[in-house]
Amino acid sequence: MTGSVPRKPWWEIEAVFKPGNYAYVAKKEKVEYLNSQQGLYFPNAREWNPEDDDWKLPDNWQEIILEGLKERLDKFRSLKIFMDCCVRCGACADKCHFFLGTGDPKNMPVLRAELLRSVYRNDFTLAGKILGKMAGGREMTFGVLKEWFMYAYQCTECRRCSVFCPYGIDTAEITMMLRELLHLVGVGINWILEPVSNSNRTGNHMGLTPQAFVGNVEFLCEDIENLTGVKVNPTFNRKGAEVLFITPSADVFAEPGLFTCMGYLLLFEAIGLDYTWSTYASEGGNFGLFTNNETMKKLNAKMYAEAKRLGVKWILGGECGHMWRVVHQYMDTMNGPADFLEVPKSPITGTVFENARSTKMVHISEFTADLIYHNKIKLDPSRNDHLTCTFHDSCNPARAMGLLEEPRYVLKNVVNKFYEMPENCIREKTFCCGSGTGLNTDEIMELRMRAGLPRANAVKYVREKHDVNMLACVCAIDRATLTTLMGYWNPEVEVCGVSELVGNALVIEGENRQELTEGLRTLV
Amino acid sequence: MKYTFPLAAVIALVLIAWIGSQIPGMQYFFGIAVPYLAMALFLGGFCYRVVQWARSPVPFKIPTTCGQGFSLPWIKYDRLEAPVKTSEVVARMFLEITIFRSLWRNTKAEVHSGPKLTYESSKWLWLFALMFHYSFLVIVLRHMRLFLEPVPGWVSFLGASDGFLQIGAPQMYITDATILLGLLLLFGRRLINRQVRYISLANDMFPLFLIFAIVITGILMRFFLRTDIDITAIKRLAVGLVTFQPAITSEIGAIFYVHVFLVSALLAYFPFSKLMHMGGVFLSPTRNMANDTRMRRHINPWNPDIKPHSYDAYEDEFREDMVSMGIPVEKELPPKADD
Repeated sequence: MTGSVPRKPWWEIEAVFKPGNYAYVAKKEKVEYLNSQQGLYFPNAREWNPEDDDWKLPDNWQEIILEGLKERLDKFRSLKIFMDCCVRCGACADKCHFFLGTGDPKNMPVLRAELLRSVYRNDFTLAGKILGKMAGGREMTFGVLKEWFMYAYQCTECRRCSVFCPYGIDTAEITMMLRELLHLVGVGINWILEPVSNSNRTGNHMGLTPQAFVGNVEFLCEDIENLTGVKVNPTFNRKGAEVLFITPSADVFAEPGLFTCMGYLLLFEAIGLDYTWSTYASEGGNFGLFTNNETMKKLNAKMYAEAKRLGVKWILGGECGHMWRVVHQYMDTMNGPADFLEVPKSPITGTVFENARSTKMVHISEFTADLIYHNKIKLDPSRNDHLTCTFHDSCNPARAMGLLEEPRYVLKNVVNKFYEMPENCIREKTFCCGSGTGLNTDEIMELRMRAGLPRANAVKYVREKHDVNMLACVCAIDRATLTTLMGYWNPEVEVCGVSELVGNALVIEGENRQELTEGLRTLV
Repeated sequence: MKYTFPLAAVIALVLIAWIGSQIPGMQYFFGIAVPYLAMALFLGGFCYRVVQWARSPVPFKIPTTCGQGFSLPWIKYDRLEAPVKTSEVVARMFLEITIFRSLWRNTKAEVHSGPKLTYESSKWLWLFALMFHYSFLVIVLRHMRLFLEPVPGWVSFLGASDGFLQIGAPQMYITDATILLGLLLLFGRRLINRQVRYISLANDMFPLFLIFAIVITGILMRFFLRTDIDITAIKRLAVGLVTFQPAITSEIGAIFYVHVFLVSALLAYFPFSKLMHMGGVFLSPTRNMANDTRMRRHINPWNPDIKPHSYDAYEDEFREDMVSMGIPVEKELPPKADD
């Protein structure tokens, strides 16, 4: 931030693990369970500690890493191009929220990539083979592995650097590769692998059994009835419904996601949507994306499998960032073609969602914006007058989808007071919450608060200028992490999903709303 | 280390050619053999690298969307930043390659008391890069007058417009000044900007020094060290090189051989270095793909056969639970023993 740099060159600075600067490593039984699943490979399950000098790696771990790198170079053109083309111009340096927040030069996207690139140069390029260190090559040593573990988990794969890079080099790709390679020798973190194994077994990250899942949703239905007098009756695993609805399980698990979920329930009730939830595919999010592409595929495959089993026509997806990166950029390729589904068509407006023609999955913001545009729902924005809102673009919808206007259109129709944050930190230039990609774990709180500083600082700006007290977003991880972030940097600002604000503003026939001073958050 | 090694390498290259070309008979080596070898390495290496890249598939469609994507008909989408048609992708790539559009976006983060973070537009890098690259391009094209006979009209026109300032004779070229300036600014940025200085490697300095030396020798040859710089002999050699009938007809000054040797070094070095960004920029998956992933299925040639944890296994584990909540199941619970 101050621009100061270490005296020593970066390759001479060791990565030192101490309590608070790393996320806890994956529990042995979680790794064992995942490794036992068809198509997944999570070897070297063990008890170990990053602070120790002995990570209990397999004897030939260097060979495994280099073989793994070779395999990935042959599988991903992106990796080859990104390894070869960087000119170290530094355009990406001050674009990274981790760099801005920590000041650690290895958090410049370019250096994060150099951690891998130096090894690549040493073993896979002619210049590196001949000149070694002279050409910026490095041997794959234990010290390098430690760096990889440290810095692959100080990146949230938000792609902000990719926007500014003259070649579009995407650090998210590099980080994914680093994490894939680390898993090959049994180096991973629990906050990711436990949700992954939960999601595989129970259908959702939180590990909610069907009973708990349904129970939670029913609990929300009671709340809705108490607050609004509207009785909602969602169904679960119902065959023959027109639409399957999938949202991140955090929305049925904890505040403030719960309020977003109440918004969904109210909206679907208001329009009489013929839809069903699924307990088997009860997770929109995909922590597999934060491990390796095989795991991402396996977890994502449930969505189509369940849509097929239930015989629905198309899938509607809730508010979630990385879920939508997977749905938008990977799902069809990995688990398509979804020829058992129909091109999504809104039963209320008749709009055919051409942009989801092949994947057959529509984003709730697209769906709701279309309803509002066609005047199909009655809204009273004054019910949100206790709020002055700003909107946080989540990284993935912004930079891996281009979903910018839809949530804003919805917002502007459900609230009266809406102010944007400054232009260089919204839309495609938006700053990450600082805790994405499975880094929203409490043991690295300082790191998270630092990484979230750029986002928090922009919120502070509109807080001071316009008295903003609500930060709206369309991402479940954001709802959880921004709440913590605001608690630290801007305690007066709360966080919500856009659908919660829709739920607040919805005027439903036959309703009997109490005086809800806090909207759906009002304690009755 | 970062600076001395590349600097020493460039000086060594200069000396080798300077001294070597004065040894009788070595002119053929420096004027003919080396350029041919360098060109072969450049072309062969460049093609090899591109083929190597192309041999790896693009398993996923991962464009970085930098604007509104294609969605509802009444929402205007950003054709350049989130393209869906091939023509839009081509336009995005064209602007990326010709005017460095992503660099145009560049901002500089600063911290003020408060703390207050600001991100202001910063176009210096864009300006320096554009200045350098376009000067380089024009200079390369201008040199075609030496290799082509008759000289095409556009080459003469380019040379004339580049030299229209006409300061003395031989006329001064604008690009000679702008490429020097561009190089100095890019190098200066690497020195002055602490972050950029920190990330720079010897591999970043070497091409800068080398190109700088090429430009300087070129300028010296044109304006200052004109002894034995017989343009007709040089032209004959150059045309000879491209028509595969190379001949050195008379004495040519050492500075010419130094210039040619440095250019040869650049050509030979090119495919093995970061300079390959010239080819790579065309193949970057985050820029050269359409944001149409929900509209058209992209195929991954190595898509692994991985099945989800099956519904049946899930129901087997949770059937009792599900039945108790009234969730429909595929298989009923087994009758209890006491029924």
